[in-house]
Amino acid sequence: MPAVIETVEQVASVAEQKYKYGFVTDIDTDTAPKGLSEDIVRFISAKKDEPEWLLEWRLKAYRHWLTMTEPNWAMVGYPAIDYQDAYYYSAPKSGDDGPDSLEDVDPELLRTYEKLGIPLYEQEVLAGVKNVAVDAVFDSVSVATTFKSTLAEHGVIFCPISEAVREHPELVQKYMGSVVPYSDNYFATLNSAVFTDGSFVFIPKGVRCPMELSTYFRINAANTGQFERTLIIAEDGAYVSYLEGCTAPMRDENQLHAAVVELVAMDDAEIKYSTVQNWYPGDENGVGGIYNFVTKRGACRGRDSKISWTQVETGSAITWKYPSCILQGDNSVGEFYSVAITNNYQQADTGTKMIHLGKNTSSRIISKGISAGKSQATYRGLVKMMPGAQGARNHTQCDSLLIGKECGAHTVPYIESRNPSAKVEHEATTSKIAEDQMFYCRQRGLSEEEAVALIVNGFCREVLQELPMEFAVEAQKLVGISLEGSVG
Amino acid sequence: MLEVKNLSASVDGKEILNGLDLAMGTGEVHAIMGPNGSGKSTLAYVLAGRDGYEVTGGSVTYMGSDLLAMNAETRAAEGVFLAFQYPVEIPGVSSMNFLKTAFNSVRVAKGDEPMDAMDFLKFVREKTKTLDISDDMLKRAVNVGFSGGEKKRNEVLQMAVLNPALAILDETDSGLDVDALRIVGEGVTGLRTPNNSMLVITHYQRLLDYIVPDHVHVLAGGRIVKSGGKELALELEENGYAEYSAEAA
Repeated sequence: MPAVIETVEQVASVAEQKYKYGFVTDIDTDTAPKGLSEDIVRFISAKKDEPEWLLEWRLKAYRHWLTMTEPNWAMVGYPAIDYQDAYYYSAPKSGDDGPDSLEDVDPELLRTYEKLGIPLYEQEVLAGVKNVAVDAVFDSVSVATTFKSTLAEHGVIFCPISEAVREHPELVQKYMGSVVPYSDNYFATLNSAVFTDGSFVFIPKGVRCPMELSTYFRINAANTGQFERTLIIAEDGAYVSYLEGCTAPMRDENQLHAAVVELVAMDDAEIKYSTVQNWYPGDENGVGGIYNFVTKRGACRGRDSKISWTQVETGSAITWKYPSCILQGDNSVGEFYSVAITNNYQQADTGTKMIHLGKNTSSRIISKGISAGKSQATYRGLVKMMPGAQGARNHTQCDSLLIGKECGAHTVPYIESRNPSAKVEHEATTSKIAEDQMFYCRQRGLSEEEAVALIVNGFCREVLQELPMEFAVEAQKLVGISLEGSVG
Repeated sequence: MLEVKNLSASVDGKEILNGLDLAMGTGEVHAIMGPNGSGKSTLAYVLAGRDGYEVTGGSVTYMGSDLLAMNAETRAAEGVFLAFQYPVEIPGVSSMNFLKTAFNSVRVAKGDEPMDAMDFLKFVREKTKTLDISDDMLKRAVNVGFSGGEKKRNEVLQMAVLNPALAILDETDSGLDVDALRIVGEGVTGLRTPNNSMLVITHYQRLLDYIVPDHVHVLAGGRIVKSGGKELALELEENGYAEYSAEAA
C-alpha cells in the first residue's frame, strides 16, 4: 500500500476543503462568561468540583500570571492576543459529572469522533488493527475514555485529569506542577490557572502498559481557548507509549491553545510520547488558525530512565513548543525526534531543551524542518551540561528543507557546558528539493505532488520511524496533505 | 512508434538540437552515437519532458499522439522510460518503496488498481534474479551510496518493472566495468520484445555487442548526420567521430 498514492487521493478528495477536519459540530454547550478573572478561575474549579488545594493553586497561578509579560523572543509574529476576548470554559451539555458510559454521550458528539476516525467503541477498536485506548477531549472536557477496565487489571490508571483529581488526589497533588511549576512561563502559568481537562496516566512499578494510550484533543467552540493539562507518571521499571492527536474547525479568527504536559520517569522507567499535531493552520492567505503555545517537559528522575518525544507538527498558524527532558537520574536518556512542516503563512518556532544533571546521561535530537509557501520555521534548541553531568553526551542533527523561494528556515542552537568531560555534537544542513530529484520521480510516473510527498517522507524517515506503527502511516499521509499546493 | 520531425531545442537560450529527424518502428532498437556535446543527452531529456529543455521547432509523434504536449509523468504513464546517465539519489526512500510507488502510479494513471505489497514483492523478486540485485539493495535508499554498477543495474530493474513501450538508455554503459557491462547489457537485451522499442545512446560500440541495434545513427551538431546498420557502429569505433565533428562545425 503506497502511502503516497493514498495521500494524493486524499488530497484530491479534500481539494474543496483542504483541511479535512475543519467542520463544526452543532451541539449544546455549557460556556463560562467571556473573559478572564479570578471569578472565571473559581467558576472552572467549581464546575469541576475541585478540592480547596487545587483552587488555591489555580489562584496562585492566576495572580502570578498577572505580573508576567508575554514572551517575545520566539521568531513568530502575530497581533496582540486579547485575553479578555475569549471563553475559558466550554463543555458539551450532558450532565455536570460527565458521561458514565457512551450511551450517555450526545450522539452528535459520537458522530464527530466517527468523522475524525477516532475509535470510541471498544469493540470497534478490537475488530480493527489498532489496539489503542483513547481519551477524547472535546473543548474543555473529556467525553470518553476507552479500555479503562482492561487497563485497571494491570494497575494502570488512564482517565481524564479532572477525574484523577477526585479519585487519586494524592497522586495528582504529589506530581502536578513538579515538572512544570505554576510559575514556569507565561503560557504555562495561564494554563495552571484555567486548565480544564486533559489526561492522567499512572503506570505502577514494573508494569509494561499492555496497549498504546492516546488522547485526542478537539477544539470545537468558537472563540474558545483550549487549555489541557496532561500528567504521566511511570514508576520504577514501568513502560508506556502515549500518543496525542489534535484537530480544530476552520474558523476565520485565531484560537488559543496553551497546554502543559508533564512526564515523570522513575528508575528504569520509559515513557515514549508521540504527538501528531494537526490543529487548523489557517487558510492559504494566513487567515485564522490555532495559536499553539505549549509547554512539554519530562523529568527523568530515576537512574537508567528514558523519555522520548516524537512530534509531527503540521498544523497551527503559530507553533511555540519545546518538549524538553531534565536528565536527573544517572545514565538517563532523553530523545527528541521532530518533523515540523509549515506551509502558506504558518510560523513554527520549535525545538527542545536537554538539561543534563546526572552522570553519563545522554540525549539525542533529530529535527527535520520543512518550509513551503511563505512560511517560516525555526529550530530552537538548548543543550545544557551541568557540573554534575560527568561523561554526559549529546548529539544533535538539525536538517531543514525548503520548498519554493518565499519561505525561510532558521536554526538557533544554544549549547552550555559546565562539565569538561561532557561531549556535545551539533550537525545542521539546509537543502532544497532538487530539480533532478523531481524530474527523476516524474519520469517514473509520479505526479509533482506525489514526488514531493515521497521526497519529503524520505527526508523525515528517521523521525517517522520512531512513531508507533499504527500512526506512522497516518503521519506519512499527513506530510503529503500539508504540502498540498506547495509546488507548481 | 516514434516519429521525430525537424526537432529543434534549446537549453538556457542555447540551441542544442537543430532540425533532428528520427523514425523508429515498433520492436526496433536504434543506437545514437556521437561526440561529446553533440546533443545526445538533450535529445533524451527532450523526449522525456524535462523542464528547462525548450522545444523551439518541429514535432514528436509517439504512438499517434503529440508527445510534446504531455508532461513528464504522463509520458512515463504512456510507456516512455529514460534510463538516466546519472541516476539521482533520493535519501530516506527505499528502492523497493520507490519502485512500488512508480509502478502503482503508472497503473493508477492507466485506470488499474494498485498492486498490493505482497504481490509486488513477488513480482520484483522475479525481476531481480537476472540483474544480480539483492534484497539488501532494495532496502537501501534509492541510489544513495550505490556503486556505479549498482546504479545502472537499478535503472535496468526499474525498466524491467515498468515495462516501457519506448526505453531511452542514456549512456547506460558509462562508468561500468566489463562484468557490470555484461550484466546490464544482457539485462536490457532480455527485456527486448517485438512490442517495445529502444533508443540506445552511447559513445562506444561495446554496449551494442549485447544490445544489437537494427539501426545506428550519428548525431553531430544537433542533428542526425548519418544513418546505417549495426556495422556503422563498428566503423565509428575504428575511425572516431572526427569527420562528423568537422561537418557539424
